Amino acid sequence: MANLTSNFIGIKSPNPFWLASAPPTDKEYNVRRAYEAGWGGVVWKTLGSEGPPVVNVNGPRYGAIWGADRRLLGLNNIELITDRPLEINLQEIKSVKRDYKDRAMIISLMVPCDEESWKDILHRIEDTEADGVELNFGCPHGMSERGMGAAVGQVPEYIEMVTRWVKQYSRMPCIVKLTPNIADIRKPAEAALRGGADAVSLINTINSITSVDLDLFSPEPMIDGKGAHGGYCGPAVKPIALNMVAEIARNPETRGLPISGIGGVTTWRDAAEFMALGAGNVQVCTAAMTYGFKIVQEMISGLSQYLDDKQIGLSDLVGRAVPNVTDWNQLNLNYVTKAKIDPDACISCGRCFAACEDTSHQAIAMKPGRVFEVIEEECVACNLCVNVCPVEDCITMVELPKGALDKRTGKVVTDYANWTTHPNNPSAQAAE
Amino acid sequence: MSNSPLTPGIVAARLPAEKIAAHFSDHTPALDRHEAHVAADRCYFCHDAPCITACPTSIDIPLFIRQIATGTAEAAARTIWESNILGGMCARVCPTETLCEEACVREAAEGKPVEIGRLQRFATDTAMARGGHPFTRAASTGKTVAVVGAGPAGLACAHRLALHGHDVVIYERRAKAGGLNEFGIASYKSTHDFAQAEVDWLLRIGGIAIKTGVELGRDVTLADLRRDHDAVFLGIGLGGVNALRAEGEDKEGVRDAVDFIAELRQTSDLTTLPVGRDVVVIGGGMTAVDAAVQSKLLGAQNVTIVYRRGQEKMSASGYEQDHATSAGVRIICNAAPVAVHGNGSVREVEFAYTVDDPDGLKQTGETFRLKADQVFKAIGQTLTGAPDVATVEAGKIAHLPAGVWAGGDCTGGGEDLTVTAVAQGRDAAESIHSSLMG
Repeated sequence: MANLTSNFIGIKSPNPFWLASAPPTDKEYNVRRAYEAGWGGVVWKTLGSEGPPVVNVNGPRYGAIWGADRRLLGLNNIELITDRPLEINLQEIKSVKRDYKDRAMIISLMVPCDEESWKDILHRIEDTEADGVELNFGCPHGMSERGMGAAVGQVPEYIEMVTRWVKQYSRMPCIVKLTPNIADIRKPAEAALRGGADAVSLINTINSITSVDLDLFSPEPMIDGKGAHGGYCGPAVKPIALNMVAEIARNPETRGLPISGIGGVTTWRDAAEFMALGAGNVQVCTAAMTYGFKIVQEMISGLSQYLDDKQIGLSDLVGRAVPNVTDWNQLNLNYVTKAKIDPDACISCGRCFAACEDTSHQAIAMKPGRVFEVIEEECVACNLCVNVCPVEDCITMVELPKGALDKRTGKVVTDYANWTTHPNNPSAQAAE
Repeated sequence: MSNSPLTPGIVAARLPAEKIAAHFSDHTPALDRHEAHVAADRCYFCHDAPCITACPTSIDIPLFIRQIATGTAEAAARTIWESNILGGMCARVCPTETLCEEACVREAAEGKPVEIGRLQRFATDTAMARGGHPFTRAASTGKTVAVVGAGPAGLACAHRLALHGHDVVIYERRAKAGGLNEFGIASYKSTHDFAQAEVDWLLRIGGIAIKTGVELGRDVTLADLRRDHDAVFLGIGLGGVNALRAEGEDKEGVRDAVDFIAELRQTSDLTTLPVGRDVVVIGGGMTAVDAAVQSKLLGAQNVTIVYRRGQEKMSASGYEQDHATSAGVRIICNAAPVAVHGNGSVREVEFAYTVDDPDGLKQTGETFRLKADQVFKAIGQTLTGAPDVATVEAGKIAHLPAGVWAGGDCTGGGEDLTVTAVAQGRDAAESIHSSLMG
């Protein structure tokens, strides 16, 4: 078994799997169960200011989209920060942390955007023995209408200002949680770094309406005939999150800034992908909300097996794919592949044919007996056939070696060359 | 007083009423909405789907399954009915394991096809439960067409003609419409009098009159029909039954399997239907399986199907054979009947073992006897009552004079299946329509 012990900005946990600040971490009962199931850390559900707690709606808080067999692919929520009294939360955090000293305990915070409010909350949590704080600048619904959450995360100057206050009034490690509801994710990350953040975590949820009730004409989730946008998460958001993590990881301004990866992590493989793109650990919510806390056991065993098979340590994995994330104009235009259909694996459904014939390049021939073959003269290697084929590895992309003839272009495959030097590029520079 | 499977002779009520009721309940229960959605999820929406090609009526199966998956079972049913107006019955009786489901790519992928038949039933049941009728007739053409036989071919033909605005009169020799759907299918495949319900639903298109108790050649001639109508369609099925050609086949207790199946379908209280203790069914098709399984379900102690050729030649599908053997029916192959023994009533059937060599089927000379108090003959039906003007080839109507069409089991060109009859009836209607309107 590989050693999964994680040290994220000085916060130690037995594995890199933390539960994100969300409904599963709202109280002692759940968090104890999570630690018992094996979670390495917990980011306690966001605490607000002292005073009357927030209230939640009393109708549905979640909406979802599903894939085949009603597999939950995306979850949307309109729940606010904790609606339990601050003092009870603080007592419970202290009580749990005392019993699980080896686990990470982070407190998520969201208070009004003034120095006094932040100073006050930081003072109140001092006594909990928590390992760090996470600043919730991400929640896109409800609290943002009151000038908190994503409303702060969308203004880099505010992020920097609040982060500075937090570092001024607390010695705890500080993670800034970013909203994806912004044009360029690098800007808030840079602001957090300028403010002195020890790390960023992302992504928080994405503004969303999951569906519309076609009888009531109300967005879902519906509250008395109306709906407000919620925050979208779950497997469906993973590609968006991966890109944002990678953008920060490869940005020269933020290079080296620790990242806690969040967004649709459902299996060990998802976690490994986030870490390869630069995340030092991952946070999970929807997968636990869908399947329960036990899923962490598959994440632990899977990541462990993967590291053993690769004969690398956890820290070797972090950022390993970052050098390979590049701009489009750096891609090798002389990398030529062709689709290849394995006739033994093919079940003759013809989806590749329909996709290619109707929507792509007419590069698959349907022969008598429902035999499907790639026409190399037409194949641009778009990969759509691979993507729509229901049989894994039935259609693969085969690279043409250097010197081979690309039957489509009539040209021989040559060395690396990209768009910046391509003759069709009006601003191409000379190769030498 | 009460009978049991061990009671000698042909007697009723071998099993308690509740057991018989359970035995004849829906053999393949309907999918509920959730099950249907799970099953529909598995369809890959193939290009030029092999299941469509395998369906004699060419139902657009991927489309109707997608319509189920998106919560529009009524639209799915309409897709089915546009190709096959008896899609409800076909969903129950089609040997899907040798048609659409055999061709399903998931059969190739996992050995487990999409449950097309059951999904088709879900769609048609859902839509029929809404009442009404999904199609509207075209404006009247003023033409009339005679359809002989109210079986699947005749009904499909009549519906399509009515749809196109023609008036149709169906002449049916029996007292009820439905043909083999009503009289020839095992009870557990079509429960709750579905065949009649489907006929009633089909007739809601309007413009179709059914005259029952009218037999071609006896009560009406083809010449009469041609005189009174603009076109005639013959869907007369196969009225005769092949003889065993074994000594003693006229003994008491020997009867045609199709009559037993029909009687069973028309009996409202199955505890009154007598069946033998030792039942022997001779034949290798679906009729043999239906007669044998139902005998067993009524409480016969021993039921044996005896088929003269090898098992691979049985026209009952592997699925049907498994169904029989799991019901407790024994199947003996390569044995041909040579004599029926008994003093007045059948007591034993004597068989000779056979070998199927390139020169034909030969008896080996070795014989054996099976104890029997009831024997069902299921060795194929034959064409009877074809009009003189019809040319008959290989036992089927092959050619007819202008103005007369035919389809279903009385004609060749496909297996003798409900779904094939529907396709032929429908296509004949289109041909008649073109001819009348051209």
